[in-house]
Amino acid sequence: MTLTLASNLGAARSQMAFTLGFHIILASLGVALPAMMLIANYLGLRRGDAEALRLARRWSKAVAVTFAVGAVTGTVLSFEFGLLWPAFTGRFGQVFGVLFAIEGLFFFLEAIFIAIYIFGWGYLSPWAHFWSGVPVVISGLGGAFSVVAVNSWMNQPQGFSPANGKVTSVEPLKVIFNPAVPYEVPHMILAAYLVTGFLVASIYAVGMLRGRRDRVHRLGLLIPLTVACIATPIQFVVGDTAARAIAKDQPVKFAAMECVQQTSTHVTEYIYGRCTSHGVKGGIGIPGFDSFLVGFSTSTQVTGLDSVSPDDRPPANTMLHWAFDTMVGICTVLIALGAWFGFVWWRRRDIPQTKWFLRAVAVSGVSAIVALECGWIITEVGRQPWIVYNVMRTSDAVTQANGVWVTFSLVLAIYIVLGATLIITLRAMSRRWRSEDVENEDVPYGPDTEPPPTAMTGASR
Amino acid sequence: MTFANAVAVVLVVGVTMYALFGGADFGAGFWSLLAGGRDRGRRPRALIDWAIGPVWEANHVWLIFVLVVLWTGFPAAFEAIFSTLFIPLSLAAFGVVLRGAGFAFQHTARRARGRALATTVFGASSVLTPFFLGTVVGAVAGGRVPVGNAAGDAVTSWLNLLSFVTGALFVATGAYLASVFLVSDARRAATPDLERYFSDRALVAAVVTGALAAAGLVVLHRDARSVFDGLKSDGLPLVLLSLICGVAVLLLLRRGARRGTRLLAAGAVVAVIWGWAVAQHPDVLPPSLTVSDAAASSETLKTLLIVFGVAVLVVLPAIGLLFTLVQRNLVEETSQPSRQPPEDTVAQHASGP
Repeated sequence: MTLTLASNLGAARSQMAFTLGFHIILASLGVALPAMMLIANYLGLRRGDAEALRLARRWSKAVAVTFAVGAVTGTVLSFEFGLLWPAFTGRFGQVFGVLFAIEGLFFFLEAIFIAIYIFGWGYLSPWAHFWSGVPVVISGLGGAFSVVAVNSWMNQPQGFSPANGKVTSVEPLKVIFNPAVPYEVPHMILAAYLVTGFLVASIYAVGMLRGRRDRVHRLGLLIPLTVACIATPIQFVVGDTAARAIAKDQPVKFAAMECVQQTSTHVTEYIYGRCTSHGVKGGIGIPGFDSFLVGFSTSTQVTGLDSVSPDDRPPANTMLHWAFDTMVGICTVLIALGAWFGFVWWRRRDIPQTKWFLRAVAVSGVSAIVALECGWIITEVGRQPWIVYNVMRTSDAVTQANGVWVTFSLVLAIYIVLGATLIITLRAMSRRWRSEDVENEDVPYGPDTEPPPTAMTGASR
Repeated sequence: MTFANAVAVVLVVGVTMYALFGGADFGAGFWSLLAGGRDRGRRPRALIDWAIGPVWEANHVWLIFVLVVLWTGFPAAFEAIFSTLFIPLSLAAFGVVLRGAGFAFQHTARRARGRALATTVFGASSVLTPFFLGTVVGAVAGGRVPVGNAAGDAVTSWLNLLSFVTGALFVATGAYLASVFLVSDARRAATPDLERYFSDRALVAAVVTGALAAAGLVVLHRDARSVFDGLKSDGLPLVLLSLICGVAVLLLLRRGARRGTRLLAAGAVVAVIWGWAVAQHPDVLPPSLTVSDAAASSETLKTLLIVFGVAVLVVLPAIGLLFTLVQRNLVEETSQPSRQPPEDTVAQHASGP
């Protein structure tokens, strides 16, 4: 029995990690791609730029496809609240559920206005059509706030009582505006814009490297890259603030991220290296710097893992440490890329001409996704063994039903096929755009280009 | 009315919306699956795609709505249902994934074979998903879901006659709704042959759904006496209303009437759902967990009701705008179907802003 449960926990955590890690990419696109689309739309209308409008039209179709798939993977997550973590939702569903109700509202609006926007290409006046896209962006932000606020609440739970046993009283405002919201929510929204910006820019960079240097490609690179390059330095500051807040709010998570074994001052900051119970092996050490990062002074005390019993420490410290360093490292490199771009643009009003710049942009998309996934590994694995920090253990939340390994295997198989099909579909769409200049292939929300079957032409077509 | 009962009403509203709109979408997938090979099934499928294409995702948001209201308003019930019924709910979740993917990719897949595969996946999962969701409802009504984390039997809770009949009833109801809706869509598209095609199928679906509902009553009598008694007493007016609506649809369809079928078919389904809700009240999980036992704290319930109120105020006008646009689009496209060759329609779209 214990064996079944132990393996259930591993399978459930794996399935949750995988489906969430998959969904977060689509969710980021769902939040930020509509903004890129509207910027292109705005520029197109303002400057009478047909190429910008063409981009907006294409991106609206990419929005539709990714949103449709994202809605499906999101539905799976809402099933998993019950299928994987029934005791968590059974006890705290009434606490964090309100946020999901709000999220549902935003999601509804987003779905409806995406449909209106895509329909609107043919049926609304240009500026009315532009404004029909604005609610998509706003509801994307609202939805992101609501969902990330739930995760923030799991990190900094408050607004319910009693602390043990069945919850009888809830203060929704305290739940919604929990202490982790001010740093976690902006961090994730910026991440969405950053990931989407670099990802879209990288696709056009690849096109330019293959010799397609037309105006559509130039704009397709410029718009998202500008957004991403503005977001990245802000993200660095927000992330730094978040790390300091975590050192205070969840000191054990921070200790695991930085492999701090004993509570002490003048703590060395290690870049990479292997975490052991005797400290970090290998890696580059900067004496006193970890203390400095936490409190702007090398004499700042940093809480170590020894402050709690081994049962209360996160697993896989080396992975956490590497995820943290990788995330920060990628963000730093992307800031440098933005500085390069900004400098050349300031001097010459142009994209840097060297192929190395395009190559760097071409890999920036995947790098940004890696950083995004690292961030989720840090916040989720770093919170373990708790599902609700210091209140409920993940092992107490997991389902007692058997068969999670089976569903995890199936999920893995289906999602791999789904992801591959999505990428193939988006690539096929872009190929068709290039080769035929046809702007009207079917998308899930689009007006069907096929007319309804008619009595006259039906049989022969 | 207590807050708990008010939230229960909101929950049943969500279930109703999902049954009507999501159910019709599932039913459309059912008819797509049965439409036959590539050539024979082309025209019915084209009508189905044309009819459900633009708004399909908004319909399935109702499922998420139901889940969120359930776990926020009645967390104990949510825990019990999702842990005991792990197998059918996992299968339903897979069905949702495959259905959504199938529908999205049947429009965008590059090769004909890819499109055909996506269409088959879409059709098959449109049958399996409502079936498994139906077995879940059957398990709840049959009192086989005890409170707790996987406290009930993982298999027999949903693998029994009542669950099976309920699952079949869900599939049939979706098919019934879809066929009645598609008759009207075929008429709007001015395709008399498809109108007949779906009218024939609507008649069959109506009879099968009615028979399954009757069978369901028999099984309920044997298996879930409290719900049956509820249907016989408080729920009786709604059961009769459903029966009247169902028979009226049959008569109208046979006479080829132009109006009223969609509304009456929807009425028949809505009456059954509310009849079931009234019959099961005050239990959320028969025989032991009542609505008030399972309910969240009053602050949560209040907030949930406020959010629902805001949703009604904000979302309904938005949906109205969308449907207005869609209808206008359909009207423009179908105003002169026989004189307008397909190429013109494509050109009209391609001209863009």
